[in-house]
Amino acid sequence: MTGASDPIIEVANLDKFYGDFHALKDVNLTVHQGEKMVICGPSGSGKSTLIRCFNGLEWHNSGRLVIDGVEVHEQSKDMRRLRQEVGMVFQQFNLFPHLTVLENLMIGPMKVRRQGRAQAEATARKYLDRVHIPEQADKYPAQLSGGQQQRVAIARSLCMETRIMLFDEPTSALDPEMINEVLDVMVELAQSGMTMVVVTHEMGFARKVADTMVFMEAGEIVEVSPPDRFFTNPSSERCRLFLDQILEH
Amino acid sequence: MSAPDLSGLKGQPLPQRPAFQRFLGSTAVSIAIYVAVMALIIYGSFTGAQNMGYNWQWHRVPQFLYSFTDDGFQLGEIVYGLFATIQLSATAFALATVLGLLVALLRLSGLVMGTAVSIGFLELIRNIPLLVLLYLFYYVLGPIFGFDRYWASILTLAVFHSALISEIFRAGINAVDKGQWEAAKSIGMTTGQTYRYIILPQSVRFMLPPMTGEAVHLIKSSAIVSVIAVAELTTIGRNIISDTFMSFEIWFTVAAVYMVVTLILSVGVSYLERRYAVDQ
Ligand SMILES: Nc1ncnc2c1ncn2[C@@H]1O[C@H](COP(=O)(O)OP(=O)(O)O)[C@@H](O)[C@H]1O
Ligand SMILES: [Mg+2]
Repeated sequence: MTGASDPIIEVANLDKFYGDFHALKDVNLTVHQGEKMVICGPSGSGKSTLIRCFNGLEWHNSGRLVIDGVEVHEQSKDMRRLRQEVGMVFQQFNLFPHLTVLENLMIGPMKVRRQGRAQAEATARKYLDRVHIPEQADKYPAQLSGGQQQRVAIARSLCMETRIMLFDEPTSALDPEMINEVLDVMVELAQSGMTMVVVTHEMGFARKVADTMVFMEAGEIVEVSPPDRFFTNPSSERCRLFLDQILEH
Repeated sequence: MSAPDLSGLKGQPLPQRPAFQRFLGSTAVSIAIYVAVMALIIYGSFTGAQNMGYNWQWHRVPQFLYSFTDDGFQLGEIVYGLFATIQLSATAFALATVLGLLVALLRLSGLVMGTAVSIGFLELIRNIPLLVLLYLFYYVLGPIFGFDRYWASILTLAVFHSALISEIFRAGINAVDKGQWEAAKSIGMTTGQTYRYIILPQSVRFMLPPMTGEAVHLIKSSAIVSVIAVAELTTIGRNIISDTFMSFEIWFTVAAVYMVVTLILSVGVSYLERRYAVDQ
């Protein structure tokens, strides 16, 4: 467990509406540097909405969100710099299908960070090694299995040398036999000291890496606690019911 | 959320269309029907012309396509007319593509002004006949801004077709999964970079067939500039007829030349498309 250090994500009284629909209700949360936070909760509870606010894919309507010292809001001039610090891995991978694996990894560093081709390629190969698929460099995404595609997506974020990684149900779209290869990579990443916020229902993974567990329901944060307490003795009844449900399987 | 049970169908042959439909759909029958219809049309027009007492002079047509003189092999007037048409159409198409992309991006910008301007432009162009647009550019805008009949023609065709091309761009851009936008944003790309490196390269695949159709359409509508006497295929055809009075032969020839060019274009692009599809 990483000791309490500087906060890197601070959320205070955050509210988010889709039209009349109140998607996030008075959310308060702090993520510290190097912390691994796992968020779970029923479908539609606002987990995606919350972490999408963290890299400006959605904008909150009121409250405060400060990431790495930068106040996040729609007019912020620092958003683009911030996005370079905050990586995101999606449920549907969202690789660029017209580019090879290597090009998928190089395009960010080259076009956004203005690195030279040689340097970008070296970085790309390094991280392809890290996710254990160096031999797939010249294939197109469609030629890879789901598990491999998701690992490429993780490497794509790593190539931007991000300090925070967000994962939105990274294994939900995968066939069961491919889930572990992705989780293994995420465990290794956690061990490297990366700050991670992971939306997942993979409780084995959560037990292994989480410093903090968060349970959300209906747009609200219901429970925030360390995993030992979260899994054995959660303070809220709703959280207990939810855990019973997903741990049955 | 269970998948439909398909296990019972395993190993069964695919259902086939009825024999009669398969017979009609086969290549040989299609060609036979095509040949029969063409023969009927040609026979009909020849006997019709015969009844009018038309004097066919096909032997005088080749000189307008090519000739052998003391200087050797020479291309004829119709071929030069074709070159002019291709040049005019290619320039207009390039301009129309740039303009169409700008209008589409304006429309998709999310800015109220941008959307208003682009919709206004589209409605304006859509509701003016091409011929009137040509007259506007030639007789009104030409003198004001000082461009000649050639540029009036190019601008007319470019503006007219940019409206349709912008819709093709818009559809092509919207056909790209929105996850691509999110992925590009999350690695810090600007909107411009996202269009250039991520969205537009993927839209090309969706846009190639309708853009080919639009190019063919433009080549055909370029014939209209003959009304302001810009030297291109149709104008040259008309000039030859006023010298030779061979209106049937020359119009048939001109029509065939347009058809050959547009067919080559369509076949060429569908070949490219197949190559491109294999690459992905
Ligand atoms: N773009 C949107 N427009 C309107 N409603 C949305 C939109 N995105 C999400 N929602 C709604 O917000 C709620 C929370 O969604 P989401 O954050 O995706 O939940 P989760 O990720 O926990 O399943 C859901 O009820 C969903 O229908
Ligand atoms: Mg979600």
